[in-house]
Amino acid sequence: MKLHCPHCGSRSVEEFRHGEIPQVPDHLSDPGQRDLDRVWNRSNPQGPTVEAWFHEQGCRRWFRHERDTS
Amino acid sequence: MNEQVEEEITLRWGGEPRPSYDVVIIGGGGHGLATAYYLATRHGITNVAVVERNWIGSGNSGRNTTIIRSNYGIPASVRFYQRSVELYAGLEAETGRSVMHRRKGLLWIHHSETGIRAERARAHLNQAMGVETEFVGPEEIRAIVPEIDLSGGGRFPVMGASHHLPAATARHDRVVWAFAEGAAARGVDILQHTTVTGIRTAGRSGPGAGSGQGRVTGVDTDRGFIAAGTVVSATAGHTTTITDMVGLRMPIRTHQLQALVTNQYRQTFHPIVFSAELAFYVSQTARGQMLMGAEWERQPSYSYRSGSEFLRSCTAKAITLLPFLGDLRVLRQWTGVCDISPDSSPIMGFTPVDGFLVTTGWGTWGFKGIPAGGEALAELIATGRTPALIAPFGLDRFARDRILSDAGSAGTQ
Repeated sequence: MKLHCPHCGSRSVEEFRHGEIPQVPDHLSDPGQRDLDRVWNRSNPQGPTVEAWFHEQGCRRWFRHERDTS
Repeated sequence: MNEQVEEEITLRWGGEPRPSYDVVIIGGGGHGLATAYYLATRHGITNVAVVERNWIGSGNSGRNTTIIRSNYGIPASVRFYQRSVELYAGLEAETGRSVMHRRKGLLWIHHSETGIRAERARAHLNQAMGVETEFVGPEEIRAIVPEIDLSGGGRFPVMGASHHLPAATARHDRVVWAFAEGAAARGVDILQHTTVTGIRTAGRSGPGAGSGQGRVTGVDTDRGFIAAGTVVSATAGHTTTITDMVGLRMPIRTHQLQALVTNQYRQTFHPIVFSAELAFYVSQTARGQMLMGAEWERQPSYSYRSGSEFLRSCTAKAITLLPFLGDLRVLRQWTGVCDISPDSSPIMGFTPVDGFLVTTGWGTWGFKGIPAGGEALAELIATGRTPALIAPFGLDRFARDRILSDAGSAGTQ
Protein backbone atom coordinates (compact mmCIF):
# COMPACT_ATOMS: atom_id res chain seq x y z
CA MET A 1 0.00 0.00 0.00
CA LYS A 2 1.25 3.47 -0.92
CA LEU A 3 0.43 6.72 0.82
CA HIS A 4 0.76 10.21 -0.65
CA CYS A 5 2.79 12.59 1.53
CA PRO A 6 2.17 16.21 0.46
CA HIS A 7 5.87 16.94 0.99
CA CYS A 8 7.61 13.78 -0.25
CA GLY A 9 5.15 12.24 -2.73
CA SER A 10 4.01 8.64 -2.93
CA ARG A 11 5.75 6.38 -0.38
CA SER A 12 5.22 2.95 1.17
CA VAL A 13 2.81 2.93 4.11
CA GLU A 14 5.54 1.36 6.28
CA GLU A 15 7.24 4.80 6.44
CA PHE A 16 4.23 6.38 8.14
CA ARG A 17 2.56 6.36 11.52
CA HIS A 18 -1.21 6.45 11.71
CA GLY A 19 -2.86 9.09 13.90
CA GLU A 20 -6.46 9.61 14.81
CA ILE A 21 -8.51 12.80 15.05
CA PRO A 22 -10.83 12.18 18.03
CA GLN A 23 -14.45 13.08 17.39
CA VAL A 24 -16.54 13.34 20.54
CA PRO A 25 -20.25 13.45 19.64
CA ASP A 26 -22.07 16.74 20.32
CA HIS A 27 -24.83 15.14 22.42
CA LEU A 28 -22.30 14.37 25.16
CA SER A 29 -22.51 17.56 27.19
CA ASP A 30 -21.15 16.45 30.56
CA PRO A 31 -17.41 17.31 30.68
CA GLY A 32 -16.50 14.06 32.48
CA GLN A 33 -18.37 12.01 29.89
CA ARG A 34 -16.66 13.96 27.10
CA ASP A 35 -13.21 13.28 28.59
CA LEU A 36 -13.95 9.56 28.97
CA ASP A 37 -15.21 9.36 25.42
CA ARG A 38 -12.18 11.19 24.08
CA VAL A 39 -9.75 8.89 25.90
CA TRP A 40 -11.34 5.52 25.16
CA ASN A 41 -14.07 5.51 22.55
CA ARG A 42 -13.50 5.36 18.80
CA SER A 43 -15.73 6.29 15.88
CA ASN A 44 -14.26 3.40 13.85
CA PRO A 45 -15.77 4.55 10.54
CA GLN A 46 -16.25 2.16 7.62
CA GLY A 47 -15.82 4.23 4.47
CA PRO A 48 -14.05 7.49 3.55
CA THR A 49 -12.52 9.22 6.57
CA VAL A 50 -10.00 11.98 7.27
CA GLU A 51 -7.02 11.03 9.44
CA ALA A 52 -3.74 12.48 10.66
CA TRP A 53 -0.61 10.71 9.42
CA PHE A 54 3.01 11.26 10.47
CA HIS A 55 5.77 10.67 7.93
CA GLU A 56 8.07 9.14 10.52
CA GLN A 57 10.77 7.83 8.18
CA GLY A 58 10.61 10.78 5.78
CA CYS A 59 10.01 14.47 6.32
CA ARG A 60 8.74 13.86 9.91
CA ARG A 61 5.75 16.13 9.41
CA TRP A 62 2.08 15.56 10.19
CA PHE A 63 -0.52 15.94 7.46
CA ARG A 64 -4.21 15.23 6.96
CA HIS A 65 -5.14 12.44 4.61
CA GLU A 66 -8.44 11.08 3.35
CA ARG A 67 -8.65 7.29 3.19
CA ASP A 68 -11.39 4.74 2.54
CA THR A 69 -11.39 2.11 5.29
CA SER A 70 -13.96 -0.17 3.65
CA MET B 1 -17.51 -24.34 1.61
CA ASN B 2 -21.04 -23.46 2.52
CA GLU B 3 -22.55 -26.23 0.39
CA GLN B 4 -20.25 -28.78 1.98
CA VAL B 5 -21.21 -27.63 5.46
CA GLU B 6 -24.87 -27.95 4.58
CA GLU B 7 -24.38 -31.55 3.48
CA GLU B 8 -22.20 -32.67 6.33
CA ILE B 9 -23.76 -31.28 9.43
CA THR B 10 -27.19 -31.62 10.84
CA LEU B 11 -28.75 -28.20 11.02
CA ARG B 12 -32.15 -26.85 10.19
CA TRP B 13 -31.09 -24.45 7.46
CA GLY B 14 -33.15 -21.81 5.77
CA GLY B 15 -36.14 -21.83 8.10
CA GLU B 16 -38.20 -18.69 8.47
CA PRO B 17 -37.40 -16.67 11.58
CA ARG B 18 -39.99 -16.86 14.34
CA PRO B 19 -41.60 -13.49 15.15
CA SER B 20 -39.99 -13.46 18.58
CA TYR B 21 -37.19 -15.07 20.61
CA ASP B 22 -35.98 -14.82 24.18
CA VAL B 23 -32.46 -14.19 22.93
CA VAL B 24 -31.16 -13.03 19.54
CA ILE B 25 -27.42 -13.38 19.04
CA ILE B 26 -25.96 -11.32 16.19
CA GLY B 27 -22.99 -13.08 14.60
CA GLY B 28 -22.68 -16.79 13.76
CA GLY B 29 -19.03 -17.17 14.67
CA GLY B 30 -17.49 -19.14 17.49
CA HIS B 31 -18.48 -16.78 20.29
CA GLY B 32 -22.09 -16.32 19.16
CA LEU B 33 -22.65 -20.04 18.58
CA ALA B 34 -20.90 -21.08 21.80
CA THR B 35 -23.15 -18.69 23.73
CA ALA B 36 -26.20 -20.28 22.09
CA TYR B 37 -24.85 -23.77 22.77
CA TYR B 38 -24.25 -23.16 26.47
CA LEU B 39 -27.61 -21.36 26.84
CA ALA B 40 -29.26 -24.52 25.52
CA THR B 41 -27.13 -27.15 27.26
CA ARG B 42 -26.39 -25.54 30.64
CA HIS B 43 -29.52 -23.46 31.16
CA GLY B 44 -32.26 -25.02 29.02
CA ILE B 45 -32.84 -21.73 27.18
CA THR B 46 -33.58 -22.75 23.60
CA ASN B 47 -35.89 -20.02 22.31
CA VAL B 48 -32.78 -18.47 20.80
CA ALA B 49 -31.78 -17.32 17.30
CA VAL B 50 -28.26 -16.82 15.97
CA VAL B 51 -28.42 -14.33 13.10
CA GLU B 52 -25.52 -14.48 10.63
CA ARG B 53 -25.02 -12.18 7.65
CA ASN B 54 -23.03 -14.74 5.62
CA TRP B 55 -22.59 -18.36 6.64
CA ILE B 56 -21.48 -19.62 10.05
CA GLY B 57 -17.74 -19.34 10.62
CA SER B 58 -17.27 -17.11 7.56
CA GLY B 59 -15.59 -14.32 9.56
CA ASN B 60 -12.67 -14.52 11.95
CA SER B 61 -13.72 -17.94 13.25
CA GLY B 62 -12.67 -19.37 9.89
CA ARG B 63 -9.60 -17.15 9.44
CA ASN B 64 -7.65 -17.44 12.69
CA THR B 65 -4.56 -19.54 13.39
CA THR B 66 -6.39 -21.84 15.86
CA ILE B 67 -4.10 -21.51 18.88
CA ILE B 68 -5.45 -22.32 22.34
CA ARG B 69 -3.38 -21.24 25.39
CA SER B 70 -3.58 -19.56 28.78
CA ASN B 71 -0.07 -18.16 29.39
CA TYR B 72 -1.22 -14.65 30.16
CA GLY B 73 0.43 -12.01 32.32
CA ILE B 74 -2.44 -10.87 34.55
CA PRO B 75 -4.42 -13.12 36.91
CA ALA B 76 -7.89 -12.32 35.49
CA SER B 77 -6.75 -13.39 32.01
CA VAL B 78 -4.88 -16.51 33.15
CA ARG B 79 -8.00 -17.65 35.04
CA PHE B 80 -10.33 -16.97 32.12
CA TYR B 81 -8.21 -18.54 29.37
CA GLN B 82 -7.36 -21.54 31.55
CA ARG B 83 -11.09 -22.26 31.80
CA SER B 84 -11.19 -22.09 28.01
CA VAL B 85 -8.21 -24.45 27.67
CA GLU B 86 -10.06 -26.96 29.90
CA LEU B 87 -13.35 -26.63 28.00
CA TYR B 88 -11.54 -27.08 24.67
CA ALA B 89 -9.81 -30.22 25.96
CA GLY B 90 -13.22 -31.70 26.81
CA LEU B 91 -15.10 -30.36 23.80
CA GLU B 92 -14.96 -33.54 21.71
CA ALA B 93 -16.30 -35.62 24.61
CA GLU B 94 -18.99 -33.06 25.38
CA THR B 95 -20.28 -32.48 21.83
CA GLY B 96 -19.52 -35.91 20.37
CA ARG B 97 -17.88 -34.21 17.38
CA SER B 98 -14.25 -34.29 16.34
CA VAL B 99 -12.68 -30.84 16.46
CA MET B 100 -9.16 -32.23 15.87
CA HIS B 101 -7.94 -30.97 19.23
CA ARG B 102 -4.19 -31.52 19.66
CA ARG B 103 -2.17 -30.64 22.72
CA LYS B 104 1.16 -29.35 21.39
CA GLY B 105 2.87 -27.09 23.90
CA LEU B 106 3.98 -23.57 23.07
CA LEU B 107 7.49 -22.10 23.16
CA TRP B 108 7.30 -18.36 23.84
CA ILE B 109 10.83 -17.31 22.85
CA HIS B 110 12.72 -14.15 23.77
CA HIS B 111 15.83 -12.61 22.24
CA SER B 112 16.65 -9.95 24.82
CA GLU B 113 17.53 -9.68 28.54
CA THR B 114 14.48 -7.54 29.26
CA GLY B 115 12.29 -10.03 27.46
CA ILE B 116 13.69 -12.90 29.51
CA ARG B 117 12.99 -11.09 32.78
CA ALA B 118 9.37 -10.44 31.79
CA GLU B 119 9.00 -14.03 30.65
CA ARG B 120 10.31 -15.49 33.93
CA ALA B 121 7.78 -13.35 35.80
CA ARG B 122 4.99 -14.58 33.58
CA ALA B 123 6.01 -18.23 34.01
CA HIS B 124 6.00 -17.73 37.80
CA LEU B 125 2.54 -16.14 37.70
CA ASN B 126 1.24 -19.02 35.58
CA GLN B 127 2.70 -21.62 37.98
CA ALA B 128 1.28 -19.81 40.99
CA MET B 129 -2.14 -20.14 39.36
CA GLY B 130 -1.70 -23.82 38.56
CA VAL B 131 -0.92 -23.37 34.86
CA GLU B 132 1.93 -25.49 33.49
CA THR B 133 4.38 -22.91 32.12
CA GLU B 134 8.08 -23.66 32.61
CA PHE B 135 11.05 -21.47 31.84
CA VAL B 136 13.57 -23.20 29.50
CA GLY B 137 17.03 -22.30 28.20
CA PRO B 138 18.42 -22.46 24.65
CA GLU B 139 19.56 -26.10 24.80
CA GLU B 140 16.16 -27.27 26.05
CA ILE B 141 14.57 -25.25 23.26
CA ARG B 142 16.76 -27.00 20.71
CA ALA B 143 15.69 -30.37 22.11
CA ILE B 144 12.04 -29.42 21.55
CA VAL B 145 12.59 -27.76 18.14
CA PRO B 146 15.69 -29.24 16.46
CA GLU B 147 15.07 -27.05 13.38
CA ILE B 148 15.66 -23.79 15.25
CA ASP B 149 18.62 -21.46 14.55
CA LEU B 150 19.66 -20.51 18.10
CA SER B 151 21.67 -17.58 16.73
CA GLY B 152 18.50 -16.15 15.14
CA GLY B 153 20.35 -15.37 11.93
CA GLY B 154 23.05 -13.66 14.04
CA ARG B 155 20.69 -10.83 14.97
CA PHE B 156 18.06 -12.45 17.18
CA PRO B 157 19.88 -14.94 19.45
CA VAL B 158 17.51 -17.26 21.29
CA MET B 159 18.07 -16.50 25.00
CA GLY B 160 15.26 -18.47 26.58
CA ALA B 161 11.58 -19.22 26.44
CA SER B 162 8.66 -20.23 28.51
CA HIS B 163 7.28 -23.64 27.61
CA HIS B 164 3.52 -23.54 28.04
CA LEU B 165 2.56 -27.20 28.05
CA PRO B 166 -1.27 -27.08 27.76
CA ALA B 167 -1.16 -25.04 24.53
CA ALA B 168 -3.13 -26.76 21.78
CA THR B 169 -4.70 -26.28 18.39
CA ALA B 170 -8.12 -27.32 17.09
CA ARG B 171 -9.69 -27.24 13.64
CA HIS B 172 -11.45 -23.84 13.67
CA ASP B 173 -14.46 -24.52 11.46
CA ARG B 174 -15.12 -27.83 13.19
CA VAL B 175 -15.34 -25.93 16.47
CA VAL B 176 -17.92 -23.63 14.88
CA TRP B 177 -19.91 -26.58 13.51
CA ALA B 178 -19.76 -28.53 16.79
CA PHE B 179 -21.32 -25.62 18.69
CA ALA B 180 -23.82 -24.91 15.88
CA GLU B 181 -24.94 -28.51 15.67
CA GLY B 182 -25.24 -28.89 19.44
CA ALA B 183 -27.28 -25.70 19.70
CA ALA B 184 -29.52 -26.50 16.72
CA ALA B 185 -30.22 -30.03 17.97
CA ARG B 186 -31.71 -28.46 21.11
CA GLY B 187 -33.96 -26.06 19.22
CA VAL B 188 -31.82 -22.95 18.58
CA ASP B 189 -32.53 -21.34 15.18
CA ILE B 190 -29.44 -20.54 13.15
CA LEU B 191 -30.44 -18.01 10.51
CA GLN B 192 -27.75 -17.71 7.87
CA HIS B 193 -27.71 -15.05 5.16
CA THR B 194 -29.75 -12.80 7.41
CA THR B 195 -28.46 -9.26 7.94
CA VAL B 196 -29.34 -7.14 10.94
CA THR B 197 -30.18 -3.66 9.68
CA GLY B 198 -31.28 -2.02 12.93
CA ILE B 199 -31.91 -2.56 16.63
CA ARG B 200 -35.11 -1.27 18.21
CA THR B 201 -35.25 0.10 21.72
CA ALA B 202 -38.04 1.49 23.90
CA GLY B 203 -38.10 4.05 26.67
CA ARG B 204 -35.34 6.28 25.42
CA SER B 205 -35.50 9.93 26.28
CA GLY B 206 -35.35 12.77 23.79
CA PRO B 207 -32.42 13.79 21.63
CA GLY B 208 -29.97 12.36 24.16
CA ALA B 209 -30.87 8.90 22.89
CA GLY B 210 -27.28 8.43 21.81
CA SER B 211 -26.20 8.36 25.43
CA GLY B 212 -27.56 4.82 25.41
CA GLN B 213 -30.56 4.56 27.68
CA GLY B 214 -33.66 2.50 27.10
CA ARG B 215 -34.35 -1.17 26.64
CA VAL B 216 -33.87 -3.35 23.60
CA THR B 217 -37.05 -4.78 22.00
CA GLY B 218 -35.72 -6.60 18.93
CA VAL B 219 -33.80 -6.42 15.69
CA ASP B 220 -34.74 -5.37 12.17
CA THR B 221 -33.34 -7.69 9.53
CA ASP B 222 -33.57 -8.03 5.76
CA ARG B 223 -36.08 -10.82 6.53
CA GLY B 224 -38.26 -8.67 8.77
CA PHE B 225 -38.47 -7.61 12.41
CA ILE B 226 -37.57 -10.16 15.11
CA ALA B 227 -38.62 -9.31 18.65
CA ALA B 228 -36.21 -10.25 21.46
CA GLY B 229 -35.85 -9.68 25.16
CA THR B 230 -32.09 -9.94 24.98
CA VAL B 231 -29.84 -9.05 22.02
CA VAL B 232 -26.15 -10.00 21.97
CA SER B 233 -23.58 -8.54 19.59
CA ALA B 234 -20.88 -11.12 18.78
CA THR B 235 -19.63 -9.52 15.57
CA ALA B 236 -15.84 -9.09 15.95
CA GLY B 237 -14.52 -6.50 13.49
CA HIS B 238 -18.04 -5.27 12.75
CA THR B 239 -18.92 -4.61 16.39
CA THR B 240 -19.25 -0.85 16.02
CA THR B 241 -21.55 -1.31 13.01
CA ILE B 242 -23.96 -3.01 15.45
CA THR B 243 -23.37 -0.81 18.51
CA ASP B 244 -23.88 2.32 16.36
CA MET B 245 -27.46 1.06 15.86
CA VAL B 246 -28.20 1.72 19.54
CA GLY B 247 -26.06 4.86 19.72
CA LEU B 248 -23.49 3.14 21.91
CA ARG B 249 -19.89 4.40 21.63
CA MET B 250 -17.25 1.67 21.99
CA PRO B 251 -13.50 1.53 22.72
CA ILE B 252 -13.01 -0.60 19.62
CA ARG B 253 -11.07 -0.09 16.42
CA THR B 254 -11.15 -2.47 13.47
CA HIS B 255 -7.75 -3.61 12.19
CA GLN B 256 -6.60 -6.18 9.67
CA LEU B 257 -4.67 -9.26 10.75
CA GLN B 258 -3.02 -11.41 8.12
CA ALA B 259 -1.76 -14.98 8.10
CA LEU B 260 -0.22 -17.35 5.58
CA VAL B 261 0.32 -21.08 5.06
CA THR B 262 3.06 -22.86 3.16
CA ASN B 263 2.89 -26.11 1.27
CA GLN B 264 3.40 -29.35 3.19
CA TYR B 265 6.46 -29.83 5.41
CA ARG B 266 6.98 -33.57 5.33
CA GLN B 267 8.27 -33.93 8.87
CA THR B 268 6.30 -33.49 12.04
CA PHE B 269 6.73 -30.07 13.61
CA HIS B 270 5.12 -30.60 16.97
CA PRO B 271 5.14 -27.42 19.08
CA ILE B 272 3.74 -23.97 18.49
CA VAL B 273 6.69 -21.55 18.29
CA PHE B 274 6.35 -17.86 19.07
CA SER B 275 8.97 -15.10 19.07
CA ALA B 276 8.11 -12.02 21.11
CA GLU B 277 10.73 -9.65 19.71
CA LEU B 278 10.21 -10.75 16.11
CA ALA B 279 6.41 -10.69 16.46
CA PHE B 280 6.08 -14.02 14.71
CA TYR B 281 4.47 -17.38 15.41
CA VAL B 282 4.25 -20.65 13.56
CA SER B 283 2.58 -24.02 13.96
CA GLN B 284 1.89 -26.99 11.72
CA THR B 285 -1.63 -27.78 10.54
CA ALA B 286 -3.03 -31.31 10.42
CA ARG B 287 -2.28 -31.29 6.69
CA GLY B 288 1.39 -30.57 7.33
CA GLN B 289 1.26 -26.98 6.19
CA MET B 290 3.18 -24.39 8.19
CA LEU B 291 0.81 -21.69 9.42
CA MET B 292 2.23 -18.33 10.50
CA GLY B 293 1.47 -14.71 11.25
CA ALA B 294 1.35 -12.22 14.15
CA GLU B 295 1.37 -8.61 12.95
CA TRP B 296 -1.77 -6.54 12.70
CA GLU B 297 -1.90 -3.47 10.47
CA ARG B 298 -1.51 -0.20 12.34
CA GLN B 299 -4.18 1.75 10.46
CA PRO B 300 -7.85 0.81 10.93
CA SER B 301 -9.49 -0.99 8.04
CA TYR B 302 -12.46 -3.24 7.25
CA SER B 303 -10.88 -4.51 4.04
CA TYR B 304 -10.15 -8.21 3.47
CA ARG B 305 -7.37 -7.36 0.99
CA SER B 306 -3.99 -8.94 1.71
CA GLY B 307 -0.72 -7.09 1.17
CA SER B 308 2.80 -7.74 -0.05
CA GLU B 309 4.31 -5.94 2.99
CA PHE B 310 3.06 -8.71 5.27
CA LEU B 311 4.27 -11.43 2.92
CA ARG B 312 7.75 -9.90 2.89
CA SER B 313 8.11 -9.21 6.62
CA CYS B 314 6.53 -12.45 7.84
CA THR B 315 8.62 -14.71 5.60
CA ALA B 316 11.81 -12.83 6.55
CA LYS B 317 11.09 -13.47 10.24
CA ALA B 318 10.25 -17.10 9.54
CA ILE B 319 13.63 -17.76 7.92
CA THR B 320 15.48 -15.87 10.69
CA LEU B 321 14.23 -18.26 13.35
CA LEU B 322 13.57 -21.47 11.39
CA PRO B 323 15.76 -21.55 8.26
CA PHE B 324 14.07 -24.73 6.90
CA LEU B 325 10.97 -22.64 6.19
CA GLY B 326 12.94 -21.02 3.35
CA ASP B 327 12.68 -24.28 1.40
CA LEU B 328 8.88 -24.21 1.49
CA ARG B 329 6.53 -22.21 -0.72
CA VAL B 330 3.77 -19.88 0.33
CA LEU B 331 0.48 -21.48 -0.62
CA ARG B 332 -1.89 -18.65 0.29
CA GLN B 333 -2.34 -15.66 2.56
CA TRP B 334 -5.52 -14.09 3.87
CA THR B 335 -6.88 -11.35 6.09
CA GLY B 336 -9.38 -11.05 8.91
CA VAL B 337 -10.74 -7.85 10.43
CA CYS B 338 -10.33 -7.69 14.20
CA ASP B 339 -12.01 -5.73 16.99
CA ILE B 340 -8.97 -4.38 18.84
CA SER B 341 -9.59 -3.03 22.36
CA PRO B 342 -7.29 -0.42 23.98
CA ASP B 343 -5.97 -2.84 26.62
CA SER B 344 -5.76 -5.99 24.48
CA SER B 345 -8.40 -7.69 26.63
CA PRO B 346 -11.92 -8.73 25.64
CA ILE B 347 -15.07 -6.84 26.61
CA MET B 348 -18.01 -8.99 27.73
CA GLY B 349 -21.35 -8.35 29.33
CA PHE B 350 -23.86 -5.59 30.01
CA THR B 351 -24.02 -2.21 28.27
CA PRO B 352 -25.92 0.99 29.20
CA VAL B 353 -28.78 -0.27 26.98
CA ASP B 354 -30.92 -2.75 28.96
CA GLY B 355 -31.03 -6.18 27.38
CA PHE B 356 -28.23 -5.39 24.93
CA LEU B 357 -25.03 -7.32 25.60
CA VAL B 358 -21.68 -7.36 23.85
CA THR B 359 -18.90 -9.87 23.49
CA THR B 360 -16.14 -7.99 21.71
CA GLY B 361 -12.57 -6.78 21.97
CA TRP B 362 -11.54 -10.27 20.90
CA GLY B 363 -9.05 -8.66 18.55
CA THR B 364 -6.43 -11.13 17.40
CA TRP B 365 -6.93 -13.45 20.41
CA GLY B 366 -10.57 -14.57 20.12
CA PHE B 367 -10.40 -18.23 19.06
CA LYS B 368 -8.86 -19.41 22.31
CA GLY B 369 -11.61 -17.70 24.31
CA ILE B 370 -14.61 -19.21 22.49
CA PRO B 371 -15.77 -21.88 24.99
CA ALA B 372 -15.14 -19.88 28.18
CA GLY B 373 -16.59 -16.71 26.66
CA GLY B 374 -19.70 -18.54 25.49
CA GLU B 375 -20.14 -20.37 28.77
CA ALA B 376 -19.79 -17.21 30.88
CA LEU B 377 -22.03 -15.09 28.66
CA ALA B 378 -24.72 -17.80 28.68
CA GLU B 379 -24.62 -17.84 32.49
CA LEU B 380 -24.90 -14.03 32.53
CA ILE B 381 -27.95 -14.15 30.25
CA ALA B 382 -29.60 -16.98 32.18
CA THR B 383 -29.05 -15.58 35.67
CA GLY B 384 -28.92 -11.84 35.01
CA ARG B 385 -25.68 -11.69 37.02
CA THR B 386 -22.11 -11.39 35.74
CA PRO B 387 -20.09 -14.55 36.57
CA ALA B 388 -16.95 -13.87 38.62
CA LEU B 389 -14.79 -15.27 35.81
CA ILE B 390 -15.68 -12.39 33.47
CA ALA B 391 -16.50 -9.64 36.00
CA PRO B 392 -13.17 -7.86 35.32
CA PHE B 393 -13.91 -7.79 31.56
CA GLY B 394 -16.98 -5.52 31.64
CA LEU B 395 -17.40 -2.52 29.36
CA ASP B 396 -17.58 -0.32 32.47
CA ARG B 397 -13.93 -1.02 33.35
CA PHE B 398 -12.78 1.96 31.28
CA ALA B 399 -14.94 4.46 33.16
CA ARG B 400 -13.93 2.80 36.46
CA ASP B 401 -10.23 3.09 35.53
CA ARG B 402 -9.75 -0.67 35.89
CA ILE B 403 -8.23 -1.51 32.55
CA LEU B 404 -6.58 -4.90 31.96
CA SER B 405 -3.46 -4.05 29.98
CA ASP B 406 -1.78 -7.21 28.80
CA ALA B 407 -0.65 -6.48 25.25
CA GLY B 408 2.52 -8.51 25.90
CA SER B 409 0.43 -11.68 26.18
CA ALA B 410 -1.66 -11.05 23.08
CA GLY B 411 0.82 -12.83 20.82
CA THR B 412 0.39 -10.21 18.12
CA GLN B 413 1.71 -6.69 17.66
